[in-house]
Amino acid sequence: MTTCSVRARGLAVGYDGAPVLSDISFDIGRGEIVTLIGPNGAGKSTILKSIARQLRLIAGTVEIDGRSLAGLSAQDIARRMAVVLTERARPELMTCRDVVAMGRYPYTGRLGILSREDEAQVAAAMAAVRAQELAERDFNAVSDGQRQRVLLARALCQQPEIIVLDEPTSFLDVRHKLELLGILRRMAREEDITVVMSLHEIDLAQKISDRIICVRGDTVVRCGAPDEVFTEAGIRALYSLEQGSYDPAFGGVELPRIEGAPRVFVLSSCGTGIPVYRRLQRQGMPFAAGVLYENDTDCHLARRLAVEVVTERPFCELSESACARARILMESAARVIDAGVTIGDANRRMLELIETAKALGTYERVTG
Amino acid sequence: MRENRQRVRYAAVFAALIAALGVVAALNVGVGSVSISAREILGVILRRGGEGVQAGIIWQIRLPRLIMAAILGGALSLSGFLLQTFFGNPIAGPFVLGISSGAKLTVALTMILVLERVRVVSSWALVAAAFAGSLLCVGFILLLSRRLRHMATLLVAGIMIGYICSAATDFVITFASESDIVNLRGWSLGSFSGMSWERVGVAAAITAASLLAAFLLSKPMGAYQLGEAYARSLGVNIRAFRTALILLSSLLSACVTAFAGPISFVGIAVPHLVKRCLNTSRPLVVIPASFLGGAVFCAACDLIARTAFAPTELNISTVTSVFGAPVVIAMMLRRQKER
Repeated sequence: MTTCSVRARGLAVGYDGAPVLSDISFDIGRGEIVTLIGPNGAGKSTILKSIARQLRLIAGTVEIDGRSLAGLSAQDIARRMAVVLTERARPELMTCRDVVAMGRYPYTGRLGILSREDEAQVAAAMAAVRAQELAERDFNAVSDGQRQRVLLARALCQQPEIIVLDEPTSFLDVRHKLELLGILRRMAREEDITVVMSLHEIDLAQKISDRIICVRGDTVVRCGAPDEVFTEAGIRALYSLEQGSYDPAFGGVELPRIEGAPRVFVLSSCGTGIPVYRRLQRQGMPFAAGVLYENDTDCHLARRLAVEVVTERPFCELSESACARARILMESAARVIDAGVTIGDANRRMLELIETAKALGTYERVTG
Repeated sequence: MRENRQRVRYAAVFAALIAALGVVAALNVGVGSVSISAREILGVILRRGGEGVQAGIIWQIRLPRLIMAAILGGALSLSGFLLQTFFGNPIAGPFVLGISSGAKLTVALTMILVLERVRVVSSWALVAAAFAGSLLCVGFILLLSRRLRHMATLLVAGIMIGYICSAATDFVITFASESDIVNLRGWSLGSFSGMSWERVGVAAAITAASLLAAFLLSKPMGAYQLGEAYARSLGVNIRAFRTALILLSSLLSACVTAFAGPISFVGIAVPHLVKRCLNTSRPLVVIPASFLGGAVFCAACDLIARTAFAPTELNISTVTSVFGAPVVIAMMLRRQKER
């Protein structure tokens, strides 16, 4: 972490003097991307709006570069901090360039007429978000993804040190989400702009953020690096996940496993089982899987979706006990699906299991 | 290149508006029940008055009436634009929100109360009364707007306030018996007739000051068009800005109502047409263009009001409605389609 960019101490935030969250303190370093996560209605937006001075702080202080927000003039703040909000702006007869140019507000004179320098900044901001071709389009006529990029360009135009974004990826499709976050990443890395935002997509939050602030109940429950925050237990608790599971390795979430006596046994390795597991999951069919090495991606997913997984330590020969357990499961299953097993020296006994299945008459081979 | 094209467009619109104002002004001064040659007219204007009936008609009747129609038309249109910016809705205007009717009521009350004691009411007193009435109605609308989040319901509320105030005004006028008050009837329906130079002076002073103030607010207005939150984040003092907008628009519409009575549709139709012609809503250009547009529109409507069925004069609102209402309807249909 370089210098401290935003420092919040003992914040209480809320509406009309009634605190929704209190006792919030955190530090954000220059050029960091910090993401607020937490359940709907936890108050992520309330915190962001309070930092961005859209809401009056009920208690506590926010400092930018060591200077208290309360002591800065509105113009000084506007030159340091820009926002992208969820509020849907529907300005009449404004081109995207007009909207972006509004970001020059803190720099223009009494009548807001743009100088050459301002025009150059507008063009640069539009180029930074790759929105040049939108310049002359009516702001109300562009798509959601384009709109967010234009609003981001507007924020960039303010030449801020900090950009505050409230759920910038909502309503965007996956391509536009990735594009937008890519731009934010570049801004943070290359321009040293501090990004403070809220995201609903915990998978994306995990991947883009330098630091995560978890908001829940009436305060910030956790604050730390993504690998500290994104643990299965941590996310379960934060979002009160009762069903399904969260996978910290890839940031994915899974629907709850289908419980019951396994009616299908899946033989696979090296990822061939994944599409089969998903299909069985959709069909509501309880299944078991094996014998899988513990470092196999199939094993990773099967542990979340299968009723039972027969596993083996990586790179070891399959043990007799594992094979015996697999046989029992196969015998009680109505179907044995072979999704494709790569056979090597260590797992040669998988061939025996396939033979057993064939003898049972429940064997099916599925490919691709 | 597009910026240049846009600049050419601005220049063309302003040139057209100024030319139209010239033509309408010339017609207004030249056309009437008494025909007067252009030469005589010029003479009267250059001499600033003169002897004879014709000079009197030009200098005492037609000229002040023309100037008043232009000034008040501009004021009305500008007031509409300010209210539209304030409410973020192009259908807002001093007439539909009941502000004009509120001013009408207080002006009527003032006239009746004061005329019982003295013969004339000063122009400033009339404007002050109208301003008080406007603010009263605006205050009420703002109170309602906290509860009524939907612009449509707010507009309906405004129209209802307008009806209540109009009913109250009619009631007051009906039971007033003095002969001077009978003149109120004509005024309460809207008219530019019977303007004195003294009134023109007062209206010009108020309108010029408001126009300048509005023009100086064009920068925060532009930011406000993006929404309150963005404007605040850009450093606009929202409370002060909103207060200024409301005071200015009320003052402008009060000034109009005090002198010419309530005039409908100008405040919505003109800014809309002007924005379409300019293809922008940038306040820096829309403010002066709306003012000019309103001046042309009202002067032209007044010409029609006074000449179409001469010697009978139409109410000015009759004419502005005929031309303004279809514009408003077209605008609403268009907005519906854009959704």
